[in-house]
Amino acid sequence: MSIATPTDDVPVRAPRSAWSRWTRPVLGLILPIGLAVAWEFAVRAGFSNGRLVPPPSVIFATFKELWQSGELQKHAFATSMRVAAGFGVGVVSGTVFGAITGYSALTRRLIDPSLQALRAIPSIAWVPLFILWFGIYEASKIILISVGVFFPVYLGVMGAIRSVDRKLVEVGRAFRLSPLAMVRRILLPAVLPAYVISLRTGLGLGWMFVVAAELLGASEGLGYLLIDGQQLGKPAQIVAAIVAFAIIGKITDWIIVLATAPLLRWEDTSARTEGN
Amino acid sequence: MLALDRVGKTYPNGVRALDGVTLAIKPGEILAIVGGSGCGKSTLLRAVSGLDRPTQGQVTLDNEKIEKPHEKIGIIFQEPRLLPWLTVADNVGFGLHDRPSSERKERVARALERVGMPEKAGAWPRELSGGQAQRVAIARALVPRPEVLLLDEPFSALDAFTRADLQDHLLKLWSDLKPTLVLVTHDVDEAVVLADRILVMRPRPGRVFEEIEADLPRPRDRQSAAFDFVKRRVLAALDRSLDRTVSVNEGQEKAETGAAMWW
Repeated sequence: MSIATPTDDVPVRAPRSAWSRWTRPVLGLILPIGLAVAWEFAVRAGFSNGRLVPPPSVIFATFKELWQSGELQKHAFATSMRVAAGFGVGVVSGTVFGAITGYSALTRRLIDPSLQALRAIPSIAWVPLFILWFGIYEASKIILISVGVFFPVYLGVMGAIRSVDRKLVEVGRAFRLSPLAMVRRILLPAVLPAYVISLRTGLGLGWMFVVAAELLGASEGLGYLLIDGQQLGKPAQIVAAIVAFAIIGKITDWIIVLATAPLLRWEDTSARTEGN
Repeated sequence: MLALDRVGKTYPNGVRALDGVTLAIKPGEILAIVGGSGCGKSTLLRAVSGLDRPTQGQVTLDNEKIEKPHEKIGIIFQEPRLLPWLTVADNVGFGLHDRPSSERKERVARALERVGMPEKAGAWPRELSGGQAQRVAIARALVPRPEVLLLDEPFSALDAFTRADLQDHLLKLWSDLKPTLVLVTHDVDEAVVLADRILVMRPRPGRVFEEIEADLPRPRDRQSAAFDFVKRRVLAALDRSLDRTVSVNEGQEKAETGAAMWW
C-alpha cells in the first residue's frame, strides 16, 4: 500500500493543478467583469446618467485620450521617478540599518527601540514637518516615500538575519569560512527570500506614499491627475489615474519578482507560489 | 595521531559537561562513543572539532593544538545541514572553493559516484530523501580528504534500513582514505558494526567509564556470536554506568532506571 500510494497520487494531482492554474484567476475575474458589464448596460439603458460613476467605456475613452495627448505618460513618469528615488533611498537605508541591528545585539539594543518608536508614528503625520524642513518640491516627497519604504525593509532584513539557521552558520565555521565568505556564502543566500518579500512590501508602501505626497501639492504626477479630476469634476480621469497606478504598481512588483527569480530557484515551488 | 589530554568543559552556568578525558586515537582507527544523555559525548566531539573550546586540557592533532575548526578535521552532524540554495554537486564541493574548478568538478563527481548518487548532481537538497541528504553530507565532509572525520549521531534520524545502508556506505568510503573516525551514537549495534574501539561514557560530569575493543573482522556479520558478545559487553557497561548514577543521586534518577532507558 505505502509503495503504491505515491504513484497513485501523480495522475490525480497533475490534472488538478492544471485545472486550478487556469480556473482560479478566471474565478476571481467573474465578479469585477460582471459588475463592469452590468454598469455599462445600466448606463446605456438609461437607468443612470453615469456622471459620478462613469461606465467602463467612458473610462477607457478618457484613458486613451490622456495617453494620446501624452499627459498620462508625463504624469506616470513623474510619479515613477519619485517612487524610484524614494524606494532607492528607503531600501539602502533600511538594508544598512537592518543589517547592523540584525547582526549585532548591541546595536539592536541601541537603535531598534528608537526606530520602533518612529515606526509607530503614522507617516503622513510627518508631512507638515517635511514641508517646513525640505520645502514643497521634490525633496519632501521623496523623503516621505523613503520613510514608507524604510520600515518594511528594515524589519525584513533585521528579522531575516536574526533567523538565519545557526546550524548552517556552523557548517560555515566547520569549513573555516572567513567573515566575508560567511556573509557571501551563507548569510546573503539565507536572507534573500525574506529580503525579496520585504522589498515587495516596501515598494507597495512606496506607491501608497507617493499618492499621499502628490495629493498634498504637486504640479505633475498621477496624484495631480487625481486632484485635478476632483476639482474639475472629471471622475473618469480619477479612475483612469487609479487604473494607471494599478498597472504600474503591478509591473514594478513583477520586475522585482522576475529579477530575483533566478536567485530563488532553490526554494520550494509551493512556498513560492504562495508568496505570489 | 589525535590526542585528548585531560579535556574538560564547564559551561558558564557551572555545569560540568566533561571532566578529564584523556584519549589517544591512532590514524585510521574507528572509535565509537556511547553513553547516556548528558554524558558529554557531543561536547567531547565539538571540542575535538574546534567548534567549541574545552575549558580544561587540550586536543591535539599530530602535536598541533586544536582551538578552532581545522582543515584536517571534518564533521558530519546529526542533520545533513545541506545549504538549500546550492545544488547537490555544489554542496559536495563546498569545502573545495579554493581549488581550480576542473579539480573541484572531478572530485565532486567521484565523491557522488562513491555515495551512489551521480545522477543527483544537479538536484536541489529539498528534492532528496533523508538518507540521500545524509549521503551528500558524508560526501561533502570527505571530499576535502580530512585526516579525522567526526560524526555526531549521523544516522539517528533515519529508519533502520537506510541506517544499515549508510553504515555500509560509510565503511566503503572510509576504506578509500582510511581517515580516523570518531563516531558519537546511541545505537549500540551501530557502534559494534563500525568501531574498532567503543568508549562508554558516564554522566555528571561526563567522563570515560569503560573502553571495549571490538576487533572483529570486517565486513561484520550482525548475526554472528562474536558480534553479539561485543554488543552484550557494551550493553552491560552501559547498564553499570547508569546504575552508579542512580546510586549517587537516587531521588531524581528513578525515572531513568532500567536497561531499556539508558539513552
